[in-house]
Amino acid sequence: MKVRFLVNGEKKTFEVKPDEYLLDTLRNNNYKSVRRGCETSSCGICTVLMDGMPVASCSLLTAKAEGRHITTVEGIQEDAELLAGFFGREGADQCGYCNPSIALACYAMKRELKDPTDEEIKAYLVGNLCRCSGYSGQHRAIRAYLEVK
Amino acid sequence: MEEAYGILNDGGENAVIGGGAWIRMLPRELDAAVDISGLGLGTIKKEDGRYEIGSMVTLRQVEMFKPFSELFNGIISKSAGAIMGVSIRNIATAGGSVAGRFGFSDLIPALLALDTSLFFHARGGISLEDYMESKDVGKDILTKITIKDHEGRGWFHTMKNTSLDFAVLNAAVSNSDGRCRIIVGARPYKAVPAYDAMKFMDECGGKTPAAIREAASIAAGELKFGGNQRGSREYRIELCKTLVERGLSEVFL
Repeated sequence: MKVRFLVNGEKKTFEVKPDEYLLDTLRNNNYKSVRRGCETSSCGICTVLMDGMPVASCSLLTAKAEGRHITTVEGIQEDAELLAGFFGREGADQCGYCNPSIALACYAMKRELKDPTDEEIKAYLVGNLCRCSGYSGQHRAIRAYLEVK
Repeated sequence: MEEAYGILNDGGENAVIGGGAWIRMLPRELDAAVDISGLGLGTIKKEDGRYEIGSMVTLRQVEMFKPFSELFNGIISKSAGAIMGVSIRNIATAGGSVAGRFGFSDLIPALLALDTSLFFHARGGISLEDYMESKDVGKDILTKITIKDHEGRGWFHTMKNTSLDFAVLNAAVSNSDGRCRIIVGARPYKAVPAYDAMKFMDECGGKTPAAIREAASIAAGELKFGGNQRGSREYRIELCKTLVERGLSEVFL
Protein backbone atom coordinates (compact mmCIF):
# COMPACT_ATOMS: atom_id res chain seq x y z
CA MET A 1 0.00 0.00 0.00
CA LYS A 2 1.09 3.59 -0.63
CA VAL A 3 1.35 5.98 2.31
CA ARG A 4 2.06 9.67 1.94
CA PHE A 5 3.33 11.95 4.67
CA LEU A 6 5.88 14.67 5.35
CA VAL A 7 9.28 13.81 6.79
CA ASN A 8 11.12 16.88 8.10
CA GLY A 9 8.97 19.03 5.85
CA GLU A 10 9.54 17.02 2.65
CA LYS A 11 6.63 15.29 0.94
CA LYS A 12 7.30 11.58 0.74
CA THR A 13 5.47 8.56 -0.65
CA PHE A 14 6.35 5.13 0.71
CA GLU A 15 5.33 1.70 -0.50
CA VAL A 16 4.74 -0.28 2.69
CA LYS A 17 3.19 -3.51 3.93
CA PRO A 18 -0.13 -3.03 5.76
CA ASP A 19 1.40 -4.32 9.00
CA GLU A 20 4.58 -2.29 8.71
CA TYR A 21 5.59 -0.02 11.57
CA LEU A 22 6.92 3.49 11.10
CA LEU A 23 10.29 2.53 12.61
CA ASP A 24 10.88 0.04 9.78
CA THR A 25 9.61 2.38 7.07
CA LEU A 26 11.92 5.17 8.20
CA ARG A 27 14.97 2.97 8.66
CA ASN A 28 14.33 1.16 5.35
CA ASN A 29 14.45 4.60 3.72
CA ASN A 30 17.73 5.61 5.32
CA TYR A 31 16.45 7.69 8.22
CA LYS A 32 19.03 5.91 10.36
CA SER A 33 18.90 8.39 13.24
CA VAL A 34 15.64 6.64 14.16
CA ARG A 35 16.95 3.74 16.19
CA ARG A 36 15.68 0.33 17.02
CA GLY A 37 15.46 -0.60 20.68
CA CYS A 38 13.06 -2.86 22.52
CA GLU A 39 10.26 -2.88 19.91
CA THR A 40 7.80 -3.41 22.74
CA SER A 41 6.89 0.23 23.44
CA SER A 42 9.10 0.42 26.50
CA CYS A 43 12.45 2.12 25.81
CA GLY A 44 11.66 5.27 23.81
CA ILE A 45 14.73 4.90 21.57
CA CYS A 46 12.61 4.93 18.39
CA THR A 47 10.81 8.19 19.26
CA VAL A 48 9.93 10.57 16.43
CA LEU A 49 7.49 13.48 16.42
CA MET A 50 4.12 13.22 14.71
CA ASP A 51 2.55 16.63 14.27
CA GLY A 52 4.97 17.83 16.95
CA MET A 53 4.09 15.16 19.54
CA PRO A 54 6.43 12.34 20.54
CA VAL A 55 5.38 8.88 19.33
CA ALA A 56 7.14 5.54 19.59
CA SER A 57 7.71 4.64 15.95
CA CYS A 58 8.00 0.93 16.83
CA SER A 59 4.37 1.02 17.91
CA LEU A 60 2.82 3.23 15.23
CA LEU A 61 1.62 1.51 12.09
CA THR A 62 2.98 3.42 9.10
CA ALA A 63 -0.51 3.60 7.62
CA LYS A 64 -1.52 5.77 10.58
CA ALA A 65 1.02 8.42 9.56
CA GLU A 66 -0.90 9.15 6.34
CA GLY A 67 -1.08 12.92 5.85
CA ARG A 68 0.83 13.68 9.04
CA HIS A 69 4.08 15.56 9.72
CA ILE A 70 6.87 13.28 10.91
CA THR A 71 10.01 14.84 12.40
CA THR A 72 13.30 13.05 13.04
CA VAL A 73 16.26 14.61 14.82
CA GLU A 74 17.50 15.99 11.48
CA GLY A 75 14.39 18.18 11.47
CA ILE A 76 15.31 19.93 14.73
CA GLN A 77 19.02 20.51 14.09
CA GLU A 78 19.29 23.83 15.88
CA ASP A 79 17.71 22.57 19.09
CA ALA A 80 19.54 19.25 18.88
CA GLU A 81 22.87 21.07 18.73
CA LEU A 82 21.87 23.33 21.61
CA LEU A 83 20.88 20.34 23.73
CA ALA A 84 24.04 18.44 22.73
CA GLY A 85 26.09 21.36 24.06
CA PHE A 86 24.39 21.11 27.46
CA PHE A 87 24.79 17.33 27.43
CA GLY A 88 28.52 17.76 26.77
CA ARG A 89 28.95 20.33 29.53
CA GLU A 90 27.21 18.07 32.04
CA GLY A 91 28.98 14.90 30.88
CA ALA A 92 25.50 13.53 30.38
CA ASP A 93 26.02 10.95 27.68
CA GLN A 94 28.35 8.15 26.78
CA CYS A 95 27.30 5.92 23.91
CA GLY A 96 24.84 8.40 22.39
CA TYR A 97 22.39 5.76 21.19
CA CYS A 98 19.43 7.40 22.93
CA ASN A 99 20.39 11.00 22.10
CA PRO A 100 18.20 11.51 19.01
CA SER A 101 15.11 10.26 20.80
CA ILE A 102 15.82 12.23 23.99
CA ALA A 103 16.42 15.36 21.90
CA LEU A 104 13.08 14.94 20.14
CA ALA A 105 11.23 14.30 23.41
CA CYS A 106 12.84 17.38 25.01
CA TYR A 107 12.06 19.52 21.96
CA ALA A 108 8.40 18.50 22.18
CA MET A 109 8.33 19.00 25.96
CA LYS A 110 9.70 22.54 25.61
CA ARG A 111 6.78 23.41 23.36
CA GLU A 112 4.12 21.53 25.32
CA LEU A 113 4.90 22.39 28.96
CA LYS A 114 5.31 25.90 30.30
CA ASP A 115 8.03 26.22 32.97
CA PRO A 116 7.83 22.55 34.03
CA THR A 117 8.91 21.49 37.51
CA ASP A 118 11.55 18.79 37.96
CA GLU A 119 8.77 16.29 38.64
CA GLU A 120 6.92 17.30 35.46
CA ILE A 121 10.12 16.90 33.44
CA LYS A 122 10.66 13.43 34.86
CA ALA A 123 7.04 12.47 34.26
CA TYR A 124 7.22 13.65 30.64
CA LEU A 125 10.36 11.64 30.01
CA VAL A 126 9.13 8.36 31.53
CA GLY A 127 9.83 5.71 28.94
CA ASN A 128 12.96 7.37 27.51
CA LEU A 129 15.61 5.00 28.77
CA CYS A 130 19.35 5.66 28.87
CA ARG A 131 21.55 2.78 29.96
CA CYS A 132 24.72 4.88 30.43
CA SER A 133 23.98 8.07 32.25
CA GLY A 134 22.12 7.50 35.50
CA TYR A 135 19.93 10.45 34.43
CA SER A 136 21.24 13.11 36.86
CA GLY A 137 23.56 14.72 34.31
CA GLN A 138 20.87 14.42 31.66
CA HIS A 139 18.38 16.10 33.93
CA ARG A 140 20.69 19.06 34.58
CA ALA A 141 21.36 19.40 30.85
CA ILE A 142 17.66 19.21 29.98
CA ARG A 143 16.79 21.75 32.68
CA ALA A 144 19.40 24.14 31.18
CA TYR A 145 18.03 23.54 27.67
CA LEU A 146 14.46 24.27 28.80
CA GLU A 147 15.59 27.54 30.39
CA VAL A 148 16.87 28.88 27.05
CA LYS A 149 14.04 31.07 25.76
CA MET B 1 -18.68 3.70 9.86
CA GLU B 2 -20.98 1.28 8.01
CA GLU B 3 -18.09 0.17 5.82
CA ALA B 4 -15.87 -0.39 8.87
CA TYR B 5 -18.63 -2.34 10.63
CA GLY B 6 -19.19 -4.43 7.49
CA ILE B 7 -15.51 -5.36 7.21
CA LEU B 8 -15.33 -6.15 10.91
CA ASN B 9 -18.19 -8.63 10.57
CA ASP B 10 -17.39 -10.24 7.22
CA GLY B 11 -16.48 -13.53 8.87
CA GLY B 12 -12.71 -13.10 8.85
CA GLU B 13 -10.29 -12.74 11.72
CA ASN B 14 -10.80 -8.98 11.71
CA ALA B 15 -10.49 -6.38 14.47
CA VAL B 16 -10.66 -2.65 15.09
CA ILE B 17 -7.10 -1.69 15.94
CA GLY B 18 -7.64 1.51 17.95
CA GLY B 19 -4.31 3.28 18.17
CA GLY B 20 -2.55 0.07 17.19
CA ALA B 21 0.12 0.46 19.86
CA TRP B 22 -0.18 -3.08 21.21
CA ILE B 23 -1.48 -4.79 18.11
CA ARG B 24 1.91 -6.37 17.42
CA MET B 25 1.75 -8.08 20.82
CA LEU B 26 -1.46 -9.90 19.93
CA PRO B 27 -1.03 -13.67 19.94
CA ARG B 28 -2.92 -13.98 16.65
CA GLU B 29 -2.83 -12.79 13.06
CA LEU B 30 -5.51 -10.55 11.64
CA ASP B 31 -7.02 -10.86 8.17
CA ALA B 32 -8.12 -7.24 8.25
CA ALA B 33 -7.14 -4.46 10.64
CA VAL B 34 -9.89 -1.87 10.70
CA ASP B 35 -8.62 1.69 11.33
CA ILE B 36 -11.35 4.15 12.33
CA SER B 37 -9.00 7.17 12.60
CA GLY B 38 -10.85 9.03 9.85
CA LEU B 39 -14.30 8.92 11.44
CA GLY B 40 -14.08 12.05 13.58
CA LEU B 41 -13.89 10.20 16.90
CA GLY B 42 -10.83 12.04 18.18
CA THR B 43 -12.29 14.78 20.39
CA ILE B 44 -13.57 15.26 23.95
CA LYS B 45 -16.60 17.48 24.50
CA LYS B 46 -19.31 18.07 27.08
CA GLU B 47 -22.97 17.57 26.22
CA ASP B 48 -26.06 17.37 28.44
CA GLY B 49 -24.02 17.16 31.63
CA ARG B 50 -21.75 14.37 30.42
CA TYR B 51 -18.22 14.38 29.07
CA GLU B 52 -18.00 12.54 25.77
CA ILE B 53 -14.67 10.97 24.91
CA GLY B 54 -14.48 9.87 21.27
CA SER B 55 -13.13 6.33 21.10
CA MET B 56 -10.08 7.44 19.09
CA VAL B 57 -9.06 10.07 21.63
CA THR B 58 -5.53 9.25 22.77
CA LEU B 59 -4.65 8.52 26.38
CA ARG B 60 -2.54 11.67 26.32
CA GLN B 61 -5.56 13.75 25.31
CA VAL B 62 -7.52 12.24 28.20
CA GLU B 63 -4.67 12.96 30.61
CA MET B 64 -4.33 16.59 29.49
CA PHE B 65 -8.06 17.45 29.22
CA LYS B 66 -8.34 20.18 31.84
CA PRO B 67 -11.75 19.32 33.37
CA PHE B 68 -10.56 15.74 34.03
CA SER B 69 -7.78 17.05 36.26
CA GLU B 70 -10.49 18.28 38.63
CA LEU B 71 -13.33 15.76 38.23
CA PHE B 72 -13.31 13.53 41.35
CA ASN B 73 -9.85 14.76 42.36
CA GLY B 74 -8.49 14.05 38.90
CA ILE B 75 -8.75 10.25 38.91
CA ILE B 76 -9.28 10.09 35.13
CA SER B 77 -6.17 12.19 34.42
CA LYS B 78 -4.14 10.24 36.97
CA SER B 79 -5.11 6.84 35.64
CA ALA B 80 -4.52 7.76 31.98
CA GLY B 81 -1.24 9.47 32.87
CA ALA B 82 0.03 6.37 34.68
CA ILE B 83 0.17 4.34 31.47
CA MET B 84 3.63 3.87 29.91
CA GLY B 85 5.31 7.03 28.56
CA VAL B 86 4.06 10.07 26.64
CA SER B 87 5.20 8.58 23.31
CA ILE B 88 2.85 5.61 23.80
CA ARG B 89 0.02 7.67 25.29
CA ASN B 90 0.11 9.75 22.10
CA ILE B 91 -0.71 6.55 20.16
CA ALA B 92 -2.89 4.37 22.40
CA THR B 93 -6.56 5.31 22.50
CA ALA B 94 -9.18 5.48 25.23
CA GLY B 95 -11.48 3.30 23.13
CA GLY B 96 -8.84 0.64 22.60
CA SER B 97 -8.07 0.56 26.30
CA VAL B 98 -11.70 0.15 27.31
CA ALA B 99 -13.12 -2.03 24.54
CA GLY B 100 -10.51 -4.73 25.10
CA ARG B 101 -11.51 -5.08 28.80
CA PHE B 102 -7.88 -5.74 29.61
CA GLY B 103 -7.17 -6.88 33.15
CA PHE B 104 -4.06 -4.69 33.27
CA SER B 105 -5.94 -1.51 32.34
CA ASP B 106 -5.32 1.50 34.60
CA LEU B 107 -8.04 3.56 32.93
CA ILE B 108 -10.95 1.14 33.43
CA PRO B 109 -10.95 1.18 37.27
CA ALA B 110 -11.11 4.99 37.34
CA LEU B 111 -13.93 5.02 34.79
CA LEU B 112 -15.81 2.33 36.73
CA ALA B 113 -15.59 4.44 39.88
CA LEU B 114 -17.62 7.12 38.07
CA ASP B 115 -20.93 7.04 36.18
CA THR B 116 -19.54 5.87 32.82
CA SER B 117 -21.33 4.59 29.74
CA LEU B 118 -20.18 3.28 26.38
CA PHE B 119 -21.81 3.76 22.99
CA PHE B 120 -21.37 1.22 20.23
CA HIS B 121 -22.27 1.58 16.58
CA ALA B 122 -24.68 -1.38 16.48
CA ARG B 123 -25.72 -2.20 20.03
CA GLY B 124 -26.06 1.41 21.21
CA GLY B 125 -25.50 2.48 24.81
CA ILE B 126 -24.50 0.32 27.77
CA SER B 127 -23.06 1.14 31.16
CA LEU B 128 -19.36 0.33 31.48
CA GLU B 129 -20.20 -1.89 34.45
CA ASP B 130 -22.63 -4.00 32.37
CA TYR B 131 -20.16 -4.12 29.49
CA MET B 132 -17.42 -5.41 31.76
CA GLU B 133 -19.73 -8.18 32.97
CA SER B 134 -21.14 -9.12 29.53
CA LYS B 135 -20.41 -12.69 28.53
CA ASP B 136 -20.25 -12.06 24.79
CA VAL B 137 -19.58 -8.53 23.55
CA GLY B 138 -19.58 -9.48 19.87
CA LYS B 139 -17.84 -7.52 17.14
CA ASP B 140 -18.93 -3.94 17.36
CA ILE B 141 -17.32 -0.52 17.09
CA LEU B 142 -17.06 1.62 20.22
CA THR B 143 -17.75 5.21 19.22
CA LYS B 144 -17.62 7.09 22.53
CA ILE B 145 -17.23 6.85 26.29
CA THR B 146 -19.37 9.20 28.35
CA ILE B 147 -18.84 10.26 31.97
CA LYS B 148 -21.41 12.10 34.07
CA ASP B 149 -20.11 15.43 35.33
CA HIS B 150 -21.02 15.54 38.99
CA GLU B 151 -19.54 16.42 42.34
CA GLY B 152 -17.64 14.00 44.47
CA ARG B 153 -14.31 12.91 45.79
CA GLY B 154 -12.14 10.32 44.11
CA TRP B 155 -8.89 8.44 44.63
CA PHE B 156 -6.85 6.28 42.27
CA HIS B 157 -3.61 4.43 42.73
CA THR B 158 -1.76 1.96 40.56
CA MET B 159 0.89 -0.18 42.20
CA LYS B 160 3.71 -0.98 39.77
CA ASN B 161 7.09 -2.65 40.06
CA THR B 162 8.42 -0.12 37.55
CA SER B 163 6.64 2.81 35.94
CA LEU B 164 6.68 1.10 32.52
CA ASP B 165 5.22 -2.18 33.71
CA PHE B 166 1.62 -3.24 34.04
CA ALA B 167 0.12 -2.81 37.49
CA VAL B 168 0.49 -5.42 40.21
CA LEU B 169 -2.84 -4.07 41.42
CA ASN B 170 -4.78 -0.86 40.96
CA ALA B 171 -7.75 0.63 42.77
CA ALA B 172 -10.16 3.50 42.35
CA VAL B 173 -12.53 4.77 45.03
CA SER B 174 -15.19 7.46 44.82
CA ASN B 175 -17.65 9.14 47.12
CA SER B 176 -20.57 11.03 45.66
CA ASP B 177 -23.12 12.27 48.22
CA GLY B 178 -22.10 9.52 50.63
CA ARG B 179 -22.50 6.78 47.99
CA CYS B 180 -19.35 4.81 47.67
CA ARG B 181 -17.70 3.02 44.73
CA ILE B 182 -14.73 0.71 45.24
CA ILE B 183 -13.07 -0.75 42.13
CA VAL B 184 -10.08 -3.08 42.10
CA GLY B 185 -8.25 -4.01 38.90
CA ALA B 186 -5.18 -5.89 37.68
CA ARG B 187 -6.03 -8.64 40.17
CA PRO B 188 -4.64 -9.67 37.54
CA TYR B 189 -8.17 -10.20 36.27
CA LYS B 190 -10.31 -7.39 34.90
CA ALA B 191 -11.44 -4.56 37.16
CA VAL B 192 -14.65 -5.13 39.14
CA PRO B 193 -16.60 -3.31 41.85
CA ALA B 194 -16.30 -4.70 45.38
CA TYR B 195 -20.09 -4.80 45.91
CA ASP B 196 -20.12 -6.14 49.46
CA ALA B 197 -17.60 -3.56 50.64
CA MET B 198 -19.53 -0.79 48.86
CA LYS B 199 -22.79 -1.94 50.54
CA PHE B 200 -21.06 -2.02 53.92
CA MET B 201 -19.81 1.54 53.48
CA ASP B 202 -23.20 2.80 52.30
CA GLU B 203 -24.99 1.22 55.26
CA CYS B 204 -22.52 1.79 58.08
CA GLY B 205 -23.37 4.77 60.26
CA GLY B 206 -20.11 6.59 60.82
CA LYS B 207 -17.38 6.51 58.23
CA THR B 208 -14.76 5.92 60.90
CA PRO B 209 -11.23 4.59 60.40
CA ALA B 210 -12.41 1.29 61.91
CA ALA B 211 -15.34 1.05 59.49
CA ILE B 212 -13.02 1.85 56.59
CA ARG B 213 -10.58 -0.85 57.67
CA GLU B 214 -13.46 -3.32 57.87
CA ALA B 215 -14.64 -2.36 54.36
CA ALA B 216 -11.13 -2.85 52.97
CA SER B 217 -11.02 -6.29 54.55
CA ILE B 218 -14.43 -7.16 53.05
CA ALA B 219 -13.19 -6.06 49.59
CA ALA B 220 -10.10 -8.25 49.88
CA GLY B 221 -12.27 -11.18 50.93
CA GLU B 222 -14.99 -10.93 48.29
CA LEU B 223 -12.80 -10.42 45.19
CA LYS B 224 -10.90 -13.09 43.33
CA PHE B 225 -7.13 -12.63 43.01
CA GLY B 226 -4.48 -14.57 41.20
CA GLY B 227 -0.70 -14.73 41.01
CA ASN B 228 1.59 -14.03 38.06
CA GLN B 229 5.16 -12.81 37.45
CA ARG B 230 4.29 -9.38 38.92
CA GLY B 231 3.02 -10.58 42.27
CA SER B 232 1.50 -13.50 44.11
CA ARG B 233 -2.16 -13.91 44.97
CA GLU B 234 -1.35 -13.41 48.66
CA TYR B 235 0.58 -10.20 47.94
CA ARG B 236 -2.34 -8.84 45.91
CA ILE B 237 -4.79 -9.58 48.74
CA GLU B 238 -2.63 -7.58 51.16
CA LEU B 239 -2.22 -4.77 48.61
CA CYS B 240 -5.97 -4.67 48.09
CA LYS B 241 -6.59 -4.12 51.81
CA THR B 242 -4.03 -1.31 51.93
CA LEU B 243 -5.10 0.45 48.74
CA VAL B 244 -8.82 0.30 49.50
CA GLU B 245 -8.25 1.55 53.05
CA ARG B 246 -6.15 4.46 51.77
CA GLY B 247 -8.69 5.28 49.08
CA LEU B 248 -11.68 5.24 51.43
CA SER B 249 -9.77 7.34 53.95
CA GLU B 250 -9.04 9.92 51.25
CA VAL B 251 -12.62 10.21 50.05
CA PHE B 252 -14.45 9.97 53.42
CA LEU B 253 -12.21 11.32 56.19
